[in-house]
Amino acid sequence: MFDYSKYLRMDKLPHIWCYGCGNGIILKGAVRAIDKMGWDKDSVMAVSGIGCSSRATGYVDFNSLHTLHGRAIPYATGIKMSRPDLNVIVFTGDGDATAIGGNHFIHAARRNIDLTVVLFNNNIYGMTGGQYSPTTPQGYFASTAPYGHIDPSFDIVQLAMGSGATFVARSTVANPREMEKFIHEGLKNKGFSLIEVVSNCHERFGKRNKMKSPYEMIEWIRSRAVSKVKAETMEPEELEGKIITGIFRQETRPEYVEAYDSFVMQKAGGGN
Amino acid sequence: MAGKKEFLIKINLDFCKACGLCYSYCPTKAIGPDHEFRASVKDVAKCIGCLQCENYCPDFAIEIEEKK
Ligand SMILES: Cc1ncc(C[n+]2csc(CCOP(=O)(O)OP(=O)(O)O)c2C)c(N)n1
Ligand code: SF4
Ligand code: SF4
Ligand code: SF4
Ligand SMILES: [Mg+2]
Repeated sequence: MFDYSKYLRMDKLPHIWCYGCGNGIILKGAVRAIDKMGWDKDSVMAVSGIGCSSRATGYVDFNSLHTLHGRAIPYATGIKMSRPDLNVIVFTGDGDATAIGGNHFIHAARRNIDLTVVLFNNNIYGMTGGQYSPTTPQGYFASTAPYGHIDPSFDIVQLAMGSGATFVARSTVANPREMEKFIHEGLKNKGFSLIEVVSNCHERFGKRNKMKSPYEMIEWIRSRAVSKVKAETMEPEELEGKIITGIFRQETRPEYVEAYDSFVMQKAGGGN
Repeated sequence: MAGKKEFLIKINLDFCKACGLCYSYCPTKAIGPDHEFRASVKDVAKCIGCLQCENYCPDFAIEIEEKK
């Protein structure tokens, strides 16, 4: 039995999320992963943008900041630059991080600033009523795609890899223990870490796509999940519509705040 | 059975939103729905302490404790 009350603002529960929403499963995985780090609660800073997923910061008993839609990463960057001693974790959504906040996401990854970004990917704008997001799969329905969605969707893992993140992983709410493990690995990385967690919004996505219950949606996610190792043996056609899970990158590269500080010290000391 | 572990299943009905995930994933059906589809203990002796229910519950509403 894990004592969640150690890390939660119990007076704020039950949380605002719909029955069976995967956000709660991700929040629990993140809390267990943070616990494994053995950090003092006051050394942790949780930052989020706007969206159902971004409500996560309201329930954790860390330093927390619930900011503007898309802007969690800029706030987190400012915090990390001024207080490098804090362990900064970003809770964000697919809309928050890859639509309005897409630019912030790629540039923070490029800089390799030490943030751990837990991205709740429910393939939709949950909070505002089910508009399609950059990760809504082609052919599926959204309130803004009543005849089916035609856009190709973002592969967030590829986006993070291409932008320079030093830790990149993907899991799903169908596998809470794997998700916890990946978040823990991400927290250990000194640099920009992205953990995408594919989640269920049965209310605003599932119900338009013949999946009414949280169980049906989580099983749909599970049925499409393929481990990275298995995917390597599969043909591209077989991988269409699949969710490839695993750790895709785990490497070291100079961290931005450290590089910045040592550069400033060098200049202040009269170096060139 | 000698040495068999026993568990306590604690459900917080103030937090439970009747989503059904815990009892859908319980492999032994130690838990199931009550008349309002909230989680309820059906047969505690069947619980094997696998924590599936705890891991999937999005609402911090179910906990498993090993009996000492
Ligand atoms: C600047 C600005 N634009 C738009 C909105 C409206 N808005 C709020 S949440 C949201 C999308 C949320 O989607 P996502 O980040 O995927 O979160 P989810 O609710 O799905 O977890 C939008 C467009 C806003 N709050 N602020
Ligand atoms: S609208 Fe969707 S994402 Fe938001 S709380 Fe409900 S199920 Fe979760
Ligand atoms: S611990 Fe496992 S067996 Fe026991 S109630 Fe939970 S899911 Fe069922
Ligand atoms: S998973 Fe949690 S909220 Fe859902 S029915 Fe079970 S105890 Fe209730
Ligand atoms: Mg979303």
